[in-house]
Amino acid sequence: METQEKVYFEEELNHDFLDTIKELSHCKEIDQCIQCGTCSSSCPDATYMDLTPRKIMALTKGGFEDTVLKSFTPWLCASCYSCQVRCPSKIKITDVMYAIKRVAIEKNVYPTRFPIPVMYKEMHKILTKNGRSSELWLMLNLYLKTLNPFGLIKMAPLGLKLMKTGRMSLKKESIKNKKQLKKLLKAIKEEA
Amino acid sequence: MKEYIYYPGCSVKTNAKHYEESILPVFKILGMELEELPDWNCCGATASMSVDDEKAAAINGRILSIAEKAGKDIIAPCAACYLSLKKANNFLKGDSKESEKILSKLKELGLEYKGTIKVKHPVEVLVKEIGVDQIKEKVHHELKGLKVASYYGCQVVRPFKEFDDMDYPESMDALLQSLGVETVSFTAKTKCCGGALTANLEELGARLNYVIIKEAQKKGADAIATLCPLCLFNLEITQDKISKIYKEDFKMPILFFSQLMGLAFGFSKEEMGFSRSLIPIKQIWDKIQMGGINV
Repeated sequence: METQEKVYFEEELNHDFLDTIKELSHCKEIDQCIQCGTCSSSCPDATYMDLTPRKIMALTKGGFEDTVLKSFTPWLCASCYSCQVRCPSKIKITDVMYAIKRVAIEKNVYPTRFPIPVMYKEMHKILTKNGRSSELWLMLNLYLKTLNPFGLIKMAPLGLKLMKTGRMSLKKESIKNKKQLKKLLKAIKEEA
Repeated sequence: MKEYIYYPGCSVKTNAKHYEESILPVFKILGMELEELPDWNCCGATASMSVDDEKAAAINGRILSIAEKAGKDIIAPCAACYLSLKKANNFLKGDSKESEKILSKLKELGLEYKGTIKVKHPVEVLVKEIGVDQIKEKVHHELKGLKVASYYGCQVVRPFKEFDDMDYPESMDALLQSLGVETVSFTAKTKCCGGALTANLEELGARLNYVIIKEAQKKGADAIATLCPLCLFNLEITQDKISKIYKEDFKMPILFFSQLMGLAFGFSKEEMGFSRSLIPIKQIWDKIQMGGINV
């Protein structure tokens, strides 16, 4: 018989982790989790996750910061809110997943060589810089950043179809008052 | 009637042009001219919430503030924009320290937001405010003979449950029925299409979208109608991959509900952007003609 889980010792845990996630997710109810598994059974992507949402809740409660932040699970959350609206303990699970993603990005410990965190970061960068998102540029940046030229080649036929039906723009979309947006985001960052 | 300001969002200006091309004329016929929110910025969708939620609230605050200046509530056809704006609106209205800080920064830049704006989805406005009776009056050609699975996705029904059931909503079904369309019983109508994950995680995307498309096909639907640009995109682009994995040739047309409305109101299929479909849609015209209508 093989045990798969790594053994963790008290000193490796971070007992402040639960409070951090509570604060960032604006959800105080995380420690009310009764481990019923309603979240995992309503999650459309649970089969792809290394840790099911139920386990993420328990690990967060227990202070297993490292395990939670390095997990693929929050990045496989498609934000469908199925778990959140069903949780009998009223835990805003989708918002908890968002909070975990943000901490993982801030601490730079998200799973590397996985496209989703890179895509979110690139999209956020483009839309905060120009005020609008541009799919073509997002895709180009994404494949460049993940060093995946095959992805780009694979996407080419779709790109052509979209171009043909007039559904892909080549220009970088932008708002007029970029200055105002830049100032706003700078002020938010400075205060933080 | 109440006046709204139109927040398009990035998708309807690029990959979902046929959503805008159909929704604006349809609202105009119903007596509501939708003026576009001046110099609107992106809502940040799931990306900004994953990276920096204060900035996400701030960029949505800018949108809400511009709408407030115009004195009109927002109508947002994209489900992701609808959710982002609603989420930020609730956050900014709830007086926390964080929201106060963001509001004060907005104010410093001439973007004061008092929290008076409501965010609505067009389906909500069409069914709850305009009403199916008034829609029926505008129908020139009944779309008899067409069977449609109406697919709502996640973001307009969860987590806010504002205007319909979170598992089995029926407002879009009612809309389509008022055009003469037969809508099928469809339990996959709020199953997730994978959102932003689908284009990047092919297998996951194929599986989620297969469930939706196959269910619609089993119910005898000629097409799937949706109210979200990303749902439409995912349901279209995964069909080649699904066909390969499940060894069956899938060619399910995916349409915006508003395209069917426009068609019933008497606009041509060209005007309603049907040529933008990535899936061949000839079968739809055959079906509608079977119902005795020439389009």
